[in-house]
Amino acid sequence: MSALAALIRRDIRIALRVGGGALIGVLFFLTVTVLMPFAVGPDLALLSRLGPAILWLGALLASLLTLDRLFTADHEDGSLDLIVMSRTPLELACAAKALAHWIAAGLPLIIATPVLGLLLNLDGTATLAVAATLLAGTPALTFTGMIGAALAVTLHRGGLLLAVLVLPLSIPVLIFGVAASQAAISGPLPFGTPFSILCALSLASLVIGPFAAAASLRHGLD
Amino acid sequence: MRLSGRNLKCVRGGREVFSGLDVSAAAGEALAVTGPNGAGKTSLLRVLAGLLVPAEGTIALEGGDVELSLPEQAHYLGHRDALKPALSVMENLSFWREFLGGKAEDAGRCLAAVALDHAAHLPAAYLSAGQRRRLSIARLLSVRRPVWLLDEPTSALDTAGQALFVALMRDHLAGGGLIVAATHLPLGIDARDLRMGGAA
Repeated sequence: MSALAALIRRDIRIALRVGGGALIGVLFFLTVTVLMPFAVGPDLALLSRLGPAILWLGALLASLLTLDRLFTADHEDGSLDLIVMSRTPLELACAAKALAHWIAAGLPLIIATPVLGLLLNLDGTATLAVAATLLAGTPALTFTGMIGAALAVTLHRGGLLLAVLVLPLSIPVLIFGVAASQAAISGPLPFGTPFSILCALSLASLVIGPFAAAASLRHGLD
Repeated sequence: MRLSGRNLKCVRGGREVFSGLDVSAAAGEALAVTGPNGAGKTSLLRVLAGLLVPAEGTIALEGGDVELSLPEQAHYLGHRDALKPALSVMENLSFWREFLGGKAEDAGRCLAAVALDHAAHLPAAYLSAGQRRRLSIARLLSVRRPVWLLDEPTSALDTAGQALFVALMRDHLAGGGLIVAATHLPLGIDARDLRMGGAA
């Protein structure tokens, strides 16, 4: 356990230091969301109807932005070799790395959501609903994205491949994330129905992600 | 304890790197793997470290911990230093010490053993190539593992650093460890020679 805690601590520490990706993700999220009202125009009703979708797309792209460094950084400097050799099962090490990535890059997005909701004319309930769905849904983005990151680990400039691999997998999360937010804002569906499916998607990816990523890392090392 | 590989064959990218290779080293013994560039020295070490799957052959560590596999009882010192430039020297070492687990030494003492204790709080980004190597060597000391797999361990080290590393290898062998090192330079310790590649 202390090995996994050490891995999580190290990854968070690197992400928060100079050159780490944590702040870049939030800044990107901010930029996408701020640009959107300019593109859509000053129609407040339209903006608040699109709001949840915009926030979700922003969060999805922002989490993708830093995901490609999840394993490549460790692969390039040789750390991954030692992690594979170590007494900690690779599946658990992958899960720890994804958790650290989510804490460093996913949580700040959720914390920034209430501020960005103001820019999109979302009221209190709507912002809260979007934040809740992001909290439940972003772990799924990280843990499925990890599979793509593991597949692209040996490629230089694998970021684009990662996007192509991961975005189709994140469609269900996007659908139910936005559906749950819309349900809370305008109905007619109860919030709980899409939200529980969203939670289920997250839980399933929590289980599948580490195994798939570990398998592709083992296969891809040379 | 005895490390033995029998009839090993390694294929990389469709090309046979080596085949029919027998490796063996007993506790307290060092094996120097020599040969021209591209002879497969690094591939052999990576096969022993479990990072490459041999196409044929078996590897065994007799007399080790039966609960653990060979890679789990080995240190691998590769070309790449496994250091994070954003973390300080001490943070880098402490991380590997905690992550690798097992019987651990005091991190400060390990840094002192490789003469890096004055730089403990310096970010690893500012280290020279030789200092990076010293820090990687400190990792070998911080957690005790009986098998050391070393790939060009003395590259980038200055004369003092090489002398220091020779003494550390001697201590490791005297403590019942074994070393397999790929090298072009003389290791500086009594080592059996394994010549690879011939006149390829």
